[in-house]
Amino acid sequence: MANYLLIESRDPFDSNDVANFYGLASGLAKAGNGVTLFLVQNGVLPARQCSASAALAEVADAGVEVLADAFSLEERGIVAERLVAGVSSAPLDRVIDAMADGHKTIWH
Amino acid sequence: MADKKTLTFAIMDAPYESARTTTALRLIDIAARRGYDINVFAYEGAVYVPFAKQQGHANAVHGHDVEEEDHPLPREWVEALIKETAKNGGKLDWVNCGLCVDERGAGEWVEGVRRGTPGDFWTMAGASDNTLVIPTK
Amino acid sequence: MKALNIIESAYRGTLEEQDDTVVWLTHAMKGAGAELDVLLKGNAVNYAVASQHVPSLVFGERVQSHGPHLADDVAGLIGKGITVHIIQEDLDARGIQAGELIDGLTPVARGDLPSLFEGYDHIWHW
Repeated sequence: MANYLLIESRDPFDSNDVANFYGLASGLAKAGNGVTLFLVQNGVLPARQCSASAALAEVADAGVEVLADAFSLEERGIVAERLVAGVSSAPLDRVIDAMADGHKTIWH
Repeated sequence: MADKKTLTFAIMDAPYESARTTTALRLIDIAARRGYDINVFAYEGAVYVPFAKQQGHANAVHGHDVEEEDHPLPREWVEALIKETAKNGGKLDWVNCGLCVDERGAGEWVEGVRRGTPGDFWTMAGASDNTLVIPTK
Repeated sequence: MKALNIIESAYRGTLEEQDDTVVWLTHAMKGAGAELDVLLKGNAVNYAVASQHVPSLVFGERVQSHGPHLADDVAGLIGKGITVHIIQEDLDARGIQAGELIDGLTPVARGDLPSLFEGYDHIWHW
């Protein structure tokens, strides 16, 4: 089994394919891989509790570590208290950490 | 310093068109501060990121002259990243895809950038600890 | 080292470039010795439709006669020994039937992507 870092830069309000990427994250985790889903840019928008957050919470429930870029959150005025359960704010350094550790890294 | 790594990034977006450009450079900055060796393969519009002829301008909407506006110039960010990487004991090798340069007339770039090919990307990836492709849309 | 090139974005600048730039890149990298396969997903599954054809582009008196031949270019990848996977659900969603496709594709179900990915050191989503 491997470790994966999936970087989601798109949001479900703009792209139908985000649901498929979330599904890939869950599928990889269920197959026994270590998976981190890192939200960046507009990808953090569903991390603010809203109509689109349930899908993100499901990914976290599937055993995926779901992180949201702190810079992108602040840029969009999404404060910690409004983050959906299961999503944590994290510095972008986590992407370089994962790359340095050899995680298969996929940007969407 | 922690283990030195070599990371490769492929980018595709022209400057000023997408949030991906800034995020890519933020990632490279993190790697630069760690003194990693960094390869960048700039494909398609991304060959304009280090374009030497970018220049600032005033902004009447904000009431700024050129100096006050201090408009971001990605070529300066690239220069700063090359310098930062070297300062920390690493090297940033920025390759502009040659055919992309030709068709766009983007053949003037800041120092530290070189012309290359898709074969260079494969070679860089093969010599790296990891490679991230940041696609355009 | 083996990589999987995922191609999703479709018909983006293809008329100006006379190519899909990632299909082209894959050809170029293969020529440089790369060990690569391709996954077509999203709108890029339409690249496998055999009957596609670009009419001539005309701007004033300037006729641009060399258009892209995307299905041929994808077939060319297969001819070079590159496995071209294609997501079945994305074909179905777009009403593309098997008989419309070029030969030699390898359909894959979206749910099988985790096991597909196991065979590659890198998964590059272009």
